[in-house]
Amino acid sequence: MATNGTLHGGQTGTQIRLTGVSKDYGLATPAVDDVSLTIEPGEFMTLLGPSGSGKTTTLNLIAGFETLTGGTIAFDGKDVGTLPPHKRNLGMLFQNYALFPHMTVAQNVAYPLRERRLAKADITRKVAEVLELVQLTGRDDHHPAQLSGGQQQRVALARAIVFGPSALLLDEPLGALDRNLRATLQAEIHRIHSEVGTTFVFVTHDQEEAMNLSDRIALFNNGRIEQLGTPEELYQNPRTLFTARFLGDSNVFSPLAIGDGKVTWENNVWSASTSFADAALVVRPEDVRLGSPPPDSNSVNATVRAVEYMGAYRTALLSFGSSGVLGRARLDAADTSLAPGQQVTAWWPVAQQRLVLSKEPS
Amino acid sequence: MKARTVDPIPWWLKLIGAVVAIYFILPTLFVIPMSFSEAATFQFPPRGFSLRLYENFFTNPVWLDALKNSVVVALLASVLATVVGTAAALGLHSLRGRLARFARTLLMVSMVTPAIVIAVAVYISFLQWQLVGTFGGFVLAHAAIGVPFVLVSVTSALGGFDPKLLRASASLGAPPLRTFRTVTMPLISRGIVTGAVFAFVTSFDEVVIALFLRSPTLQTLPVQMYNSVTVEIDPTIAASSSVVVTVVTVLCLVLQFARKGR
Repeated sequence: MATNGTLHGGQTGTQIRLTGVSKDYGLATPAVDDVSLTIEPGEFMTLLGPSGSGKTTTLNLIAGFETLTGGTIAFDGKDVGTLPPHKRNLGMLFQNYALFPHMTVAQNVAYPLRERRLAKADITRKVAEVLELVQLTGRDDHHPAQLSGGQQQRVALARAIVFGPSALLLDEPLGALDRNLRATLQAEIHRIHSEVGTTFVFVTHDQEEAMNLSDRIALFNNGRIEQLGTPEELYQNPRTLFTARFLGDSNVFSPLAIGDGKVTWENNVWSASTSFADAALVVRPEDVRLGSPPPDSNSVNATVRAVEYMGAYRTALLSFGSSGVLGRARLDAADTSLAPGQQVTAWWPVAQQRLVLSKEPS
Repeated sequence: MKARTVDPIPWWLKLIGAVVAIYFILPTLFVIPMSFSEAATFQFPPRGFSLRLYENFFTNPVWLDALKNSVVVALLASVLATVVGTAAALGLHSLRGRLARFARTLLMVSMVTPAIVIAVAVYISFLQWQLVGTFGGFVLAHAAIGVPFVLVSVTSALGGFDPKLLRASASLGAPPLRTFRTVTMPLISRGIVTGAVFAFVTSFDEVVIALFLRSPTLQTLPVQMYNSVTVEIDPTIAASSSVVVTVVTVLCLVLQFARKGR
């Protein structure tokens, strides 16, 4: 691939620092409530959360499309709170691509360069270069309506990075694409992040996307950051029940009676230690086994409700204990020994269980 | 543009359409043949064939001045109405709530107010501002009644406009005014042109307000036409009517074809 340093290499991106950022529309609760977050240069940061959690508003605050009602936003230490969007030098990708329908692919991509008054020859060269980067060479004269959704998003991506922005903001850019395309474009975004090397801020409600792409994830809930960390940290060590439920499947045992080195759920006494007064016990389906429990494990009686074939594996749908709380265990794809209605003992290694804060902070 | 499939139109709807069309066109069908008549008075069917009435229309300074005034007033009024109407449509498009609805209604009110009411109101206020009988007065009054047409057509053009494009453009470094010029305007140009043509035509054939605002030295074509039948019975009106009908029809057809061509 022809590279000459204008699009990639040597670029580390901008640090984006949010300090006590708030956005209040005057509704019952603020859309964004005292969020502090430092996105490092070149980092792939995902703002993850359900709809209405404040992630998109936070992105719009960074972009300058919304005005702050509290706190500060700084790029590389420089306050940008009053800077209008067109002076922030940020690339942006939208869910509906937002390509200019009356311009060709080449004109769309050249738009930010013309805005920056580059020489015509430079514009032509950079447009060709970036279209090669997103693998759309030869489509210069097409209009957006003549392209597929995936191609349109590639054009939008080319347009958003061609001028070497300080950071790229991605607002659910894969939301409108079907499953296969999404996977392809996800890989594309990953590749371009590593080639361009600028800061990426990615908003999504899809935990799989977040886990696959991110260096770090900021999980949003009710306008606040519920937990911040690498995908592994969030998956392996959720701090709250919300995090445990939002990233991956969880078997949740709550409420617990907390004793010294022990917790009691219904009449099962398990070894566990926690400093939370109000904790829930969480076990991932892949850590739950069926059969007689070995030492250093906790167990519970369960009834098999159903077995689902998932291709690579099977999932047993279980109801636990006397209250019949639903949960899941992952089985081998070849395991056909279980039938609905069967009584089993479910167990998991003590080391694989997590005790999390069960109350959602209000 | 993709071809759209439309439900077939039922025969009775076609019939009603035809009847209404004939009802509207019939008077014109009498006027145009009469404009080529040799007679010095109104006669139908016309006698003989001559261009005498047209000659009179295009050489008599009274008619010619009136035509020139009408064209200039209509041009300026439509430019003014287009700027104001487009700005209003853009502003109201991004506003929600009671105040925006109220403002929209206020801007549309001249469409449903009887012309004579507007004319009297304009006359009384323009008397105080000393605008009666002036070019500026004609342009202002005609621009005011043209604004609703621009507002409606630009608003409907904005219906298909994706506001995310404004954000995209801003993120790419374009300040708001340049975004309007390079993104918004090209995409809603059809609505703007439609509105401008309607504003032009509205001014070009407006007679009631013009009757109040005219002065002995300044009058528009419709006013001269009105005079020619009420005061002097001048058959030249047949020629001038034909000219007006032709101009308006051509404008509307151009608009129609420009739309299809896109």
